[in-house]
Amino acid sequence: MLKQYETVFILTPVLSETQMKEAVAKFRDLIVDNQGEIVYEEDWGLRKLAYSIQKKTTGFYHLIGFKAEPDFVAKLELQYHRDERVIRYLTFAMDKHAIAYAEKKKGAPKESAVPVKETPKRVPDVEIDPEIIDEEE
Amino acid sequence: MATPNEIRFLNPPTVEVKKKKYCRFKKAGIKYVDYKDAEFLKRFLNEQGKILPRRLTGTSLKFQRKVAQAVKRARHLALLPYVTDLLK
Repeated sequence: MLKQYETVFILTPVLSETQMKEAVAKFRDLIVDNQGEIVYEEDWGLRKLAYSIQKKTTGFYHLIGFKAEPDFVAKLELQYHRDERVIRYLTFAMDKHAIAYAEKKKGAPKESAVPVKETPKRVPDVEIDPEIIDEEE
Repeated sequence: MATPNEIRFLNPPTVEVKKKKYCRFKKAGIKYVDYKDAEFLKRFLNEQGKILPRRLTGTSLKFQRKVAQAVKRARHLALLPYVTDLLK
């Protein structure tokens, strides 16, 4: 049975635009060749990392949502691991809420990086007593 | 003898009006916590990037688990730092 997954990988910033596209195409093909089905894709471009990974401070982020057999995930991660261009990756199975959220987000393609979640209902800020926090530290 | 009305305090006793905390996810009807939205997740972190307890944020247990999961995914993908000073 096919299950829906979401995978994000970070490529080294030393790649040129074409090399980066090529690496992305490789993983895209890998999914399709293994009876997978790409549901959506997002290219976040070159982003700053919150901490350095392999002495790099930036990286190309790429996200793919796909449907595949559960066995395929291990294969995909093995390929990530073997590929020197990939500095970090994350793959996880999506539950029904995650799928619903992704579909809703896909419906509004204008803001790919900016999530839709906050626009309909503004979430109030957490009200935290500053004194309590001081105690915690 | 002093009747209760006449009792005066040197320092007026501070009466704290406690605000009821609530789970913002339940209130806003959010079902899924997105790990990609680092700015949103920062509301659940302290300045060192640690996850705040439910006791402070009022998040329900169900969503606290989801928040924790999302924060950990974001950290793995370098969207949020593992350790830092002066986050925010």
